[in-house]
Amino acid sequence: MAQHQVLSPLPGIFYRRPAPEQPPYKQDGDKVAEGDVIGLVEVMKQFTEIHADANGRVVRFLVDNEAPIEPEQPLLLIETS
Amino acid sequence: MFGKLLVANRGEIAVRIIRAAKELELRTVAVFSDADKDSLAVRFADEAIRIGPAPANKSYLNIDAIIGAARETGAGAIHPGYGFLAENPRFAEAVADAGLVFVGPTPESIRSMGDKAAAREAARAAGVPIIPGSQGALADLAHALAIARHMGYPVMLKASAGGGGRGIRVAADEAGLAHHFHVARTEAAAAFGSGALYLERFITRARHIEVQVLGDGKRVVHCFERECSLQRRRQKVWEEAPSPAIDAKTRQALCDAAVRLAERVRYRGAGTVEFLYDDDSGEFFFMEMNTRIQVEHPVTEMVTGIDLVRATISIAQGQPLALHQADVAMHGAATEVRINAEDPDRDFRPSPGRVAALALPAGPGVRVDTMLYPGYVVPPYYDSLLAKIIVHAETRDLALARLRRALEEFSIEGVVTTVPLHKRLAQLSEVRAARFDTGFLERLLAA
Repeated sequence: MAQHQVLSPLPGIFYRRPAPEQPPYKQDGDKVAEGDVIGLVEVMKQFTEIHADANGRVVRFLVDNEAPIEPEQPLLLIETS
Repeated sequence: MFGKLLVANRGEIAVRIIRAAKELELRTVAVFSDADKDSLAVRFADEAIRIGPAPANKSYLNIDAIIGAARETGAGAIHPGYGFLAENPRFAEAVADAGLVFVGPTPESIRSMGDKAAAREAARAAGVPIIPGSQGALADLAHALAIARHMGYPVMLKASAGGGGRGIRVAADEAGLAHHFHVARTEAAAAFGSGALYLERFITRARHIEVQVLGDGKRVVHCFERECSLQRRRQKVWEEAPSPAIDAKTRQALCDAAVRLAERVRYRGAGTVEFLYDDDSGEFFFMEMNTRIQVEHPVTEMVTGIDLVRATISIAQGQPLALHQADVAMHGAATEVRINAEDPDRDFRPSPGRVAALALPAGPGVRVDTMLYPGYVVPPYYDSLLAKIIVHAETRDLALARLRRALEEFSIEGVVTTVPLHKRLAQLSEVRAARFDTGFLERLLAA
């Protein structure tokens, strides 16, 4: 089974939800389409949406909500077939 | 009187405040989060104390941690700088309750100027022009049309619960207002949970002009104006003094209005009264008052020779204002550009990282306020301001030439900055002729 990792383009803090009181963008097992928002990265008070770059299903997130991340760090594992 | 000052901030403003305090022969305490333990402020201060982990809400916004740090180090006063807790009346109160001096205005001043309606009312009572508009929410379309007829078009419909430029629609005439009214109400209800709308005169070509004031709780002087019309997403990127747009008579009226408002609230410390200036009619209108030192304060320091930060500390020490209005004069022209860790070629994406190499501009009439040093790691947790380059010369044209020269001298490796944007602006004919308004920069970047 082919798997794909979504990488963060930038450093910052990773958020899985659009706002603290809202549900996560994606849960384990959810379908993902290329372009779907999978999380937010906050860096220097700016928020950047992170988009999936493959189609498939969420295996699991590779970082916790509110965890600090580095550029090119894998965020999400997707099963592509 | 206090002999030791704690600086409840970080970055370039913490460095600036420590410098002023040292010149007043005070002992200085820097506070730092885990991300800032190697900061320039920590290096410069006599003492430094950790207040928590990197996220601001656990460190620089943590009132108990900051007051605890002051107690532990024996500081007698706290300077809030700008941002973070600077305009939080509960912080000013907590500092006073702890028996410490808050370097800034009273909690009541912060509270009244922080409340839009109260600030507007104070301005009106002080005889300061405010933007014509509806008093409170509009009842219906007929109400909106009646008000608009009275104050003249174009008008702006705003969601009462909106903010930051969201929920705004502009109508050029009655037909436009009728067209937008119902849509705007539906939109406001969907976006903000309330369909309440109010109406304001829309200023097509607005400049942002603000007046610096200094007060000791009894007397207020102004230190003239700054123009900050070059903005992106309501963030100032370039500031200058004097405003190239106004004549001596308007300047006098503007500065007098700011002093009237500040005197009315018995203002103590450094404050800024912000106005919108209508480039077509020559009218100015009160926007808000910022009850703290501003990022762009060096522009005023350069043209007046007054050390505003040192003045705020002296006032907090209980000294009456040393200045009289007749002592305050403006000489030449100054410009400040904000160097941010953002990539202007990639939609201003933030660029934290390690500063590998650094060359700062110097020479006549150039000042750089920064926390950068070679090897410094710009953390991702806070705002992107890295440095302010401020130039001063006899005339605006000479100041711009000096700015172009200073920007050429600046070089940095390891982080991407907004220097290329400023190089472009400093060359641009519209900027050189000061033909701009608050929408100019965004139109330029979108083109």
